[in-house]
Amino acid sequence: MPIAILLAWQLWTAHLDSPKFPTLWTILVTFRDLWLFSQFGTHVVPSLERIGMGFGIAVVVGIALGIPLGLSRWARLWAMPHIEYWRAMPPPALLPISIVLLHSIGNRQKVAFIGFFCLFPVLLNTIDGVRGIDPALIETARAYNVPRLERIRRLVLPAAAPQIAAGMRTSLSLAVITMVLSEYFSSTSGVGYVLLISKNTFDFKPMWAAIVLIGLLGYLLNVLFLIVERRLLAWHRGWRAVAPA
Amino acid sequence: MAAGEVAASGPAIATAREERRTSFAEPVTFALSIAAALAFWEVISRTGVISQRDLPAMSTTFQELWELMKTGHFWWAFADTVRGWGLGLAFATAFAVPIGIALGSNDFAASAFRIPIEFLRPIPSAALIPLLFLTLGTTLKSELFLASFGAFWPLLIQTIYGVRDVDPVSVETARSFGVGRLERLYRITLPSSVPYIATGLRISSTVSLILAFTAELFMGTKGLGQEMNAAQSFGLEVQVYALALATGFLGIAIHLVFTTLERRALRWHPSQRLGTT
Amino acid sequence: MAILEINQLGKVYGTGAKATHALADVSFSVEDGEFVCVVGPSGCGKTTLLKCVAGLLRPTRGDIVLRGKRVTGSPEELAVVFQEYGRSLMPWMSVRNNVVLPLRHKKLSRSERDGLVENALEAVGLTRFIDHYPWQLSGGMQQRVAIARALAYQPTILLMDEPFASVDAQTRGELEDLVLRVWDEYGVTILFVTHDIDESVYLADRVIVLTHAPTEVKEIVQVDLSRPRDQITTKELPEFVHLRGHVYRLIKRELPVPV
Repeated sequence: MPIAILLAWQLWTAHLDSPKFPTLWTILVTFRDLWLFSQFGTHVVPSLERIGMGFGIAVVVGIALGIPLGLSRWARLWAMPHIEYWRAMPPPALLPISIVLLHSIGNRQKVAFIGFFCLFPVLLNTIDGVRGIDPALIETARAYNVPRLERIRRLVLPAAAPQIAAGMRTSLSLAVITMVLSEYFSSTSGVGYVLLISKNTFDFKPMWAAIVLIGLLGYLLNVLFLIVERRLLAWHRGWRAVAPA
Repeated sequence: MAAGEVAASGPAIATAREERRTSFAEPVTFALSIAAALAFWEVISRTGVISQRDLPAMSTTFQELWELMKTGHFWWAFADTVRGWGLGLAFATAFAVPIGIALGSNDFAASAFRIPIEFLRPIPSAALIPLLFLTLGTTLKSELFLASFGAFWPLLIQTIYGVRDVDPVSVETARSFGVGRLERLYRITLPSSVPYIATGLRISSTVSLILAFTAELFMGTKGLGQEMNAAQSFGLEVQVYALALATGFLGIAIHLVFTTLERRALRWHPSQRLGTT
Repeated sequence: MAILEINQLGKVYGTGAKATHALADVSFSVEDGEFVCVVGPSGCGKTTLLKCVAGLLRPTRGDIVLRGKRVTGSPEELAVVFQEYGRSLMPWMSVRNNVVLPLRHKKLSRSERDGLVENALEAVGLTRFIDHYPWQLSGGMQQRVAIARALAYQPTILLMDEPFASVDAQTRGELEDLVLRVWDEYGVTILFVTHDIDESVYLADRVIVLTHAPTEVKEIVQVDLSRPRDQITTKELPEFVHLRGHVYRLIKRELPVPV
């Protein structure tokens, strides 16, 4: 089936013979020329760096804040209005502001922008994960006088881990999107920048190559994440398989 | 592609015990928390911790917003964004739900289309901006295409999940009573998938807003995004902030509406289930 | 002096018109090394009683004195085995790590810790499964892990809250004998809550019979059956039959509708 679609795409674009829709073959050629090796360092690497750093910050802060918020109803009451407001804010609306506030269009601004919006899926999922922990587990730990820090490290974190992982997956795809948006808006390097340049020069080939690359990037990152998740959360799958949900 | 959403694996069931104790404290802390944050903003800006050129004071921003709200121009832009968002969501729904039902109920179709879906889905709609700009131009059409394309996918996935999650016992029971295929779809499958679709709508409504705004900001289609772009190029910083505030409020409004819808659908769902078995 | 004293324990949930008086006035004591069972009609607050003793719930009146000290939080020398064994074991930890968890905060050397874990698992017969995960074990085995965890902790007093209620009848018999063996070996005091009357008489030195809510102690029945006990021969003894009947009648009189 997928082969049929690709074939159909190739044939249709060849038939169309329009510069706006280059054939699949042309795209692949451009793709190879552009990304494989020559421009890799100039554009793909900075983009990946930004995704990596933004995502990393989001995960660390999200979990660090999410655990206490998940454990304390009182803290949640105070924090929720703000969390709800910022999670509903469309990221592009803050693009101009992020530039002004941080006085930069470089990595500092991009990573901050990406990190800020990728925070919310992780944060919200951590809170939900912590709140959803089976009270029987918590009671057991309390009955055995397991000290608080140990409880968090050995009980809360692993118990919430499956939910946190789901949030991280969402956050990762959000990181790709926010990276593209921030680079397209203003940048001097990166895949989004290539998109921008190709738009300005009306050059469709690198544009399509960039689109394909971005899609591929999102897909690969997701697959990579799933592989890691699978190893770390093997216990969860086994447990779910036997226990009634 | 959903900002700040829980993974699309099912309706967002309230975790732990729903805090039904609506004490007096809740709305009070809510208001206090917001007030504290606004005060903090005011202080930070007025005392120059962050210069007022970079971050206008809270009072200044709200005043600017107020002034904007008095102009018809603002409301036209607001309406344009809502229109782009609404139509984008509507188109996405019109396509995603039927296709989702078709794919969900037919195993063959589902496996056949799985790979193309997995390939197209991760393409961030944001990457399509230049393409749309160069092909469809800066018209409403571009904005609609972008918003619909982005909003389509979460809704499709959720609908498929919903259709697949139908209790097979209900379906079998109906079949044994000779209920026809179409009627089975209408009476059992559809009602049972409603919570999933409601979740999908919530996610898609967010996506649609983000993309509609993106189209306006980057391509210049009419709306709040374009206003922001214009304000920024004229150096009207305060207006940029005011518009961001307004956009945030629009985002919250949409979020509230669809979250409530989702909650209603969820509440209604279990009893519907009991009715058919 | 008794190792555990429960003095006029009362627990009320909620306030005003919707208040639930779970426990009204429960008083009894437990001697060092004793095996005491608590039985009562359904809903008589047995679990509430146990949670108060474990320090997981705060009583509304009365107090609990363990080894001369009032119980306010979770006492160090106390271990609990709950009914929902599946839900009390951490699914991401192996059997070994589950059993060692309560020991981590105690000042023990690594070899001491490991020794305790291995001994406990041997006592419950699960040495082979030390590196398995809970979901790989049957219900009865999971409960044995929970018991091993309690044993490794070396508590002074062991609380058990209907631990075998969710296990099938045959496994229950095995587990009952396991508890008796372990009680004998480790010399620990056991307070055992159950709704199974036969089980209570089979296991106990004394059976505390509770009334229905608001709960008080109805009677304390002395069980003088000889030890070691046996699932078949002990239960054939006329003394056993008599005691069991007596407890059953006490509880029947507590039920609201004639059964």
